[in-house]
Amino acid sequence: MVNKFKRTKRRRVIPGFPLSLGITLAMVSMIVLIPMASIIICASDLSLYDFVKIVMAKDVRSGYMVSFSCALIAALINCIFGVILAWVFVRYEFPGKRILDGLIELPFALPTAVAGISLTALYSDQGWIGSIFAKFGIKIAYTKVGITIAMVFIGIPFVVRAIQPVLEKFDPQYEEAAAMLGANGRKTFIKVIFPEILPAMLTGFGLALARGIGEYGSVIFIAGNIPYKTQIAPLLIMSKLEQLKYTDATAIALVMLVVSFLILLLLNIIQVHATKRTT
Amino acid sequence: MRKGSKKVFTLSVVVLLTVGGLTGCKGNSSSSDDSIDITNVSYDPTREFYEAYNVEFAKYYKDKTGKKVTVTQSHGGSGKQARSVIEGNEADIVTLALAHDITSIEEAGLIEKGWLEEFDKNSSPYTSTIVFLVRKGNEKNIKDWSDLIKDGVNVITPNPKTSGGACWNFLSAWAYADYLYIGDETQIRNFVTKLYKNVSVLDSGARGATTTFVENGQGDVLIAWENEAYLTLEEHPDEYEIITPSISILAEPSVAIVDDVAKKRKTEEVAKEYLEYLYSDVGQRLAGENYYRPSNPEILKEFSDVFNLSINMVTIADFGGWDKAYEVYFQDGGVFDQIYTQ
Repeated sequence: MVNKFKRTKRRRVIPGFPLSLGITLAMVSMIVLIPMASIIICASDLSLYDFVKIVMAKDVRSGYMVSFSCALIAALINCIFGVILAWVFVRYEFPGKRILDGLIELPFALPTAVAGISLTALYSDQGWIGSIFAKFGIKIAYTKVGITIAMVFIGIPFVVRAIQPVLEKFDPQYEEAAAMLGANGRKTFIKVIFPEILPAMLTGFGLALARGIGEYGSVIFIAGNIPYKTQIAPLLIMSKLEQLKYTDATAIALVMLVVSFLILLLLNIIQVHATKRTT
Repeated sequence: MRKGSKKVFTLSVVVLLTVGGLTGCKGNSSSSDDSIDITNVSYDPTREFYEAYNVEFAKYYKDKTGKKVTVTQSHGGSGKQARSVIEGNEADIVTLALAHDITSIEEAGLIEKGWLEEFDKNSSPYTSTIVFLVRKGNEKNIKDWSDLIKDGVNVITPNPKTSGGACWNFLSAWAYADYLYIGDETQIRNFVTKLYKNVSVLDSGARGATTTFVENGQGDVLIAWENEAYLTLEEHPDEYEIITPSISILAEPSVAIVDDVAKKRKTEEVAKEYLEYLYSDVGQRLAGENYYRPSNPEILKEFSDVFNLSINMVTIADFGGWDKAYEVYFQDGGVFDQIYTQ
């Protein structure tokens, strides 16, 4: 045992396994585990009855519905357009590609409030884009459509950046082989390319979905915040906090945390299966 | 040798982290001998006023004591600001939208009881009221609260559960309906429900609502703080009009010293001076120039060409005080929640 440890130790590229593991554990505890545990501890002050009463209140339920449904639609949209974008960036050469490629990450860097304010200005019925739709009687800002657009905006980099490296590694010879064997374009995509990018797409989908569910900063400006219509769950948490009802807020947060975790876990399981199938 | 150097490296990392952690925890005493800094945690629309006031106060304090005082400002929704102070944002002074928010800091043990009597006029050096801001020409012919419940009128006001200003808006509307229906609770409720049915965007704060109305062009009428409405007029001349309703509420934004913090940072004296100077002629005029109604009646008269002084105003006392009003109207399950579940 000791011998084996020594041998592997010598082979490591980054020296100091105990130190690096220590730092890893400390980091994970400080920034993930302890805050998460504090949510659970804080919510555990509540009796089960009170907990259920809080999270099943009519406004809270509708808040969950708005957050989850909009985030789901946004993540689906992101999957479709994420694949197209990643494909274009990997397979084609065109002037300005590097700049466009860099711009994809802007939603990560931009303060979410800035994104929210500018999206609202654009999509309100007085804005550039919103005014065009307003002519046809379609309202975008201050509706669920607006919320979804904000979530698409903040989620798109996750999908593109997850799929890009997979496509880069993907050897065009497979496509050639498929063509030689008589597969048409659509069949090649469905049978050859899609299974290859599916795991990455699921990762991107999961991340975009989780980000959308929890998003506050950008959505708050474009949502009309009308109770039972366009009020998102994170806003309800904020409004509970403002009334200094910390346990109520954590109860709502806990449900979001658990659901998000379950979604990510489920996606992980599907992903493992998908990877098994392709390799 | 290599092993030794590795240990030194590990050790130095640990030492560095520990030292870094410890210095982070070091206490912050504010005052060196000739300069003091204090923090004033305030709400959204006071930004411009305190910017100007801090300059005046620094001049006054320098003349009086020879010390240089720097005031750090913080602005945001009133409730949010109160919470940040409770959670440890070290404010020497709070100047918030409603007494209720300061009471919640008091309940957290940071402000001593009796703060409301510590300064003149319920610790409100300036007051404000609620008015309507409409687009130039007033197309929908909005004159009073009763016009806000008409079909097709689009109203912008923030959510009272997250905005202090919005509580005043709600209560003014209620006061009007109360007068109109001579206290008939069902009819008052219907009136207010109808009004909120006409609200298309319920922002989380007063500034957000102004942005929605002004920058994003939403709604026909914004229910706003009087000073916020005047600021908008100043920034966009000839685009908006202010309509004063027949009944409104006397909004008394309160000020207080956060005793706990001021004691710890030894800033009690300068904090007291800062709030008292708000009542001086200089402070009062500055408030007036920034469209807050000075609480000194003499100076208020100087601004009679700006403010509509004949407006009929109810006060929070008519609602039984803030704590009661908050309990009845804005708590979870209170009247405001009920009008949305109806």
